[in-house]
Amino acid sequence: MATTTAPVGRGAQHALPAARGRAGFAGTLRSELTKIRSVRSTYWSLIAMAVITIGLGGLFCFGKAQSFSHVPPGLRAHAAASAISQATEMSLFGLILGQLIIAVLGALTITAEYSTGMVRTSMTVMPRRGTWFAAKTVVFGGVALVTGMVTAFASYFIGQAILSTQHINSTIGEPGVLRAVVGGGLFLTACGLLSFGLGAMLRHSAGAIAASIGLLFVVYVLGQFLPPSWAVHVDKWLPFNAGAAIWENVSAPSMLSPWTGLAVLCGYAAVALAGGLILFRTLDA
Amino acid sequence: MIEARGLTKRYGDTVAVDNLSFSVAPGKITGFLGPNGAGKTTTMRLILGLDRPSGGAVTINGKPFAQLAYPMREVGALLDAKAVHGGRSAYNHLLCLAETNGLPRRRVAEVLALVGLSEVARKRSNGFSLGMGQRLGIAAALLGDPAILMFDEPVNGLDPEGILWIRNLMKALAAEGRTVFVSSHLMSEMEHTADHLLVIGRGRLIADCTVAEFIAANSRQSVRVRTPDPEALARAAMAAGGTVRDDGDGLMVVHGLSVSQVGDLAFDNSVRLHELAPAQASLEQAFMELTASSVQFHAGMPGADGALGVGGPDRQPAVAGEVV
Repeated sequence: MATTTAPVGRGAQHALPAARGRAGFAGTLRSELTKIRSVRSTYWSLIAMAVITIGLGGLFCFGKAQSFSHVPPGLRAHAAASAISQATEMSLFGLILGQLIIAVLGALTITAEYSTGMVRTSMTVMPRRGTWFAAKTVVFGGVALVTGMVTAFASYFIGQAILSTQHINSTIGEPGVLRAVVGGGLFLTACGLLSFGLGAMLRHSAGAIAASIGLLFVVYVLGQFLPPSWAVHVDKWLPFNAGAAIWENVSAPSMLSPWTGLAVLCGYAAVALAGGLILFRTLDA
Repeated sequence: MIEARGLTKRYGDTVAVDNLSFSVAPGKITGFLGPNGAGKTTTMRLILGLDRPSGGAVTINGKPFAQLAYPMREVGALLDAKAVHGGRSAYNHLLCLAETNGLPRRRVAEVLALVGLSEVARKRSNGFSLGMGQRLGIAAALLGDPAILMFDEPVNGLDPEGILWIRNLMKALAAEGRTVFVSSHLMSEMEHTADHLLVIGRGRLIADCTVAEFIAANSRQSVRVRTPDPEALARAAMAAGGTVRDDGDGLMVVHGLSVSQVGDLAFDNSVRLHELAPAQASLEQAFMELTASSVQFHAGMPGADGALGVGGPDRQPAVAGEVV
């Protein structure tokens, strides 16, 4: 590389425009948008989330359609009614894995700042930590919301197209269906933000991913092993069960109602984000 | 203007920065010297608000760093050139920094040209050499065209060409009237670049003066003398209170006496002289002597063993804050 000893000074360049006001949220938001779109891992993980979520739902629907085609004609009417009632959640079944991938992305969005050391550079250009944290949260939340919605709608329509070959599909206009699909997108977003908050608290990629997968998935699995008398009171409050109430069309008495359930999951996310913000503002960067 | 008052940072029982008060004046290169682990990096982190002080305060142009309206327009800092996301291109790295302070996009291309990285602007920075990474860090510091620049050990690990480039760059920046605050454990480097010195050891300020004052105040005066009769002159010099080091071949170095005193002694004792000159004490020597006393003073502290390994870039820093 050539040694550059060219003049450095102001004379060698255009003067900067005069500064007005102060550096704040808007610029930091643009900066975080540039950050998230300028690394490949963002695209890979979002594509992975969409493909796996949609693929798993599609596979599930394909299996259902196949088994339905073997049902004897006399039993078809009853079986169809049961299948149609589950058609929506069946096509959204991939969210079980999708939540884990968005959780990984959520954790990495913040922990990568620490593992690369970028957070120190970020803080020396935007030292107002609350502003920075808010901008980063909004950008990640926005990206998660858009991709989550696209994933949920694609899962639904592809799944229903497969089920429609046996006429056991639901339609988006039926009661509760649109809520479930939109809810699926919101569910992914909330899972991502929960993990983002844990990442801000733990500052370590592996730890944050383990914690969020533990909270979302392992806790859910453990809940299955509780004695029934406990499970009925505990299970519905677990993050996954609560959040899944919005897209699982079957309303079981042991579950929270759809919007209450989503609100509980959002509550977990809010606690994680608040904890992350508090630690971020108080600890040395 | 950077001003620190009673700045203190403790990590548990370790005091990384101990009651530092200083000001860095504009328009000069101020060298921030100290052995590894002396607290230089921690002090810079405190200035930039990355760490919260345990006591005292530091301001930039009268305000804490975090309260500056446009931080990048006032202070450009390079603490750790590796503190970037390697998957991002040089251009995008600088763009995301510029955007936080509302700096125009064209400024990114300008600073890339300034540091000679235009051709690799679209390449991901994890493929950069150490020197290129350092240039990228300097480009980031220059983005906001700031009046104050802070560099932490900027020449560490660079090849001679890279060192020369940084040295010229700092001089050019100071010549434009900017404040350049640069840390180093290499005394020889500061001797060539700095106008003013802040010297710290074990987190404490031990000198705040110009380079010339520092050498004058901290090095024992010495005289280089060559004579065909070294024994006679050595005897006379020691009798007069000097100390003598015999370098062989009739050459010796006398400490504790002035050039004229040595000349007079030679005359009085009829010793023939072939050479008589003041020996220029280097900053390196002055620094070694100064920090040597700080080693003795703190010898009882845990971890003091080897902690002040002057000029040993491979040594482990003794203070946690130095590790970045």
